[in-house]
Amino acid sequence: MDREQTKIIIAGFGGQGIVVIGNIIARAAVIEDKNVVGMVSYGAEMRGGTANAAVIISTEEVASPIITHPDAAIILNQPSLERFEPELEPDGTVLLNTSMVKRQPQRTDLTCIKVNATQIAHDIGNLRVANIVCVGAFIEHTKLLSMDSIEQAVKDLFSNKKAALVEINLKALHAGAELSSCLLPVQN
Amino acid sequence: MAEAAVQAGCRFFAGYPITPQNEVPEYMSKRMPQVGGVFVQAESEIAAINMIFGASAAGARCMTSSSSPGVSLKQEGISYIAAAELPCLIANMQRGGPGLGNIRASQADYFQAVKGGGHGDYRLIVLAPASLQELYNLTMNAFDWADYYRNPVMILGDGILGQMAEPVEILPYEPILELPEKDFVLDGCKGRKPRVVKTLILKPADGLIAHNEHLQEKYKRIESELSLCEEYQTTDAEIVIAAYGITARIAKGAVRMARAKGIAAGLIRPITLWPFPNEPFISAAKTASQMLVVEMSHGQFIEDVKLAVNGQCPVEFLGKGGGWYPTEEIILEKIESMAAASATAVKGKL
Repeated sequence: MDREQTKIIIAGFGGQGIVVIGNIIARAAVIEDKNVVGMVSYGAEMRGGTANAAVIISTEEVASPIITHPDAAIILNQPSLERFEPELEPDGTVLLNTSMVKRQPQRTDLTCIKVNATQIAHDIGNLRVANIVCVGAFIEHTKLLSMDSIEQAVKDLFSNKKAALVEINLKALHAGAELSSCLLPVQN
Repeated sequence: MAEAAVQAGCRFFAGYPITPQNEVPEYMSKRMPQVGGVFVQAESEIAAINMIFGASAAGARCMTSSSSPGVSLKQEGISYIAAAELPCLIANMQRGGPGLGNIRASQADYFQAVKGGGHGDYRLIVLAPASLQELYNLTMNAFDWADYYRNPVMILGDGILGQMAEPVEILPYEPILELPEKDFVLDGCKGRKPRVVKTLILKPADGLIAHNEHLQEKYKRIESELSLCEEYQTTDAEIVIAAYGITARIAKGAVRMARAKGIAAGLIRPITLWPFPNEPFISAAKTASQMLVVEMSHGQFIEDVKLAVNGQCPVEFLGKGGGWYPTEEIILEKIESMAAASATAVKGKL
């Protein structure tokens, strides 16, 4: 993940907090003074439907805001894996929320981060932070951005809401970082 | 865009919801009351544009925003506003057409915006930003140009620009021009001669001819004074791409990829679509061997490019309507096939 431009797709059911993941990663990139463009798939989306967000982080000006072949995919449900696994760049990275995705990636060139996000969120006490658990795991293993920037982004995003929300989201972030595993292509 | 308008002193917004630009009225509905401005969700696009006519005649900096089918409804009002020479900003975040179409991005309203979608000989100043920072900056400038020339200005964006997120530096507003006093405003005539803002000119018999001549003189002046364009790696380019708005941004990525493969590609990106920046195309047509127009329509912008190029070099086309957008890879493929064809042609001559 040391390329100067990283294209990330975040995909799952509407309501899983896809847009929030994209928002946090993009904010953290801004904190690190990188160029960033975010894009949400805008269609007849609704809670329970499939949704995806795209974030491009770059050291230079981002040209196209549209991602054809992502370098990394954060996958929160099974249909999203079916759709985006074939699209990933060679030697890309895929993060699976193993609570919702029951199969392994079929490709052998991918780095695979696994996190039982929905279960971990349940244990923390709020199912809705499963998305943040995924962010924690993603950052821990890819080191794409620093965990400090991500923490700051979480604080910024929830700052005008209840302080308790910041607290539980930070807890989710660290739980994701600790309770996830990363399989390199050879081990896959 | 909405915040830039507020910063620039826009205090009247009227609009009617339509995807993909709902974020603008949503933001304005919250923001306008905070700054002592007026937000109106009108009963229709037609009502909204006519409210803009009124607000502008009353002296307010004002704007409306919509997307393709909504902008079609506004055309009568836009023609009236242009006729009455009232300053205002109209934003069109284009979506797929014709008809109700779809809610994906498109650039198929180019003719409507640039050639005059309403009746009569009138012109809009048309701006085509390619990033959110540029959208912010141009929105501020738009109000100045509108006031300076007493002419409506249109921002011609698209559904991608309308939906993407990017960091934007919120700069304070500073006028870029010395603005004339608004001596047309209808704000009560106590102590002065009454003023009239109207578009019906029946008397004298040649009054409308004179008014048209006056408008045309103004348009000529705007053409001679206002033209913005970005050129990217055109100096030594063999293949020059012409594109505007979000398409130009995607094309820039393709130019980088082509350069990495040793193909001398470049990009001309008009920022003002009217006045159209002819000069860069005239010079590029002399130095480049081929030009490629990319747009999200079946060929509208290409007509102005061809007028500027005036047969001096071949102009190829890549574009589709209905929500299609080009990827960097698709544009690169086209560039490569053009480069290959050109190499074969050169070989043939030898």
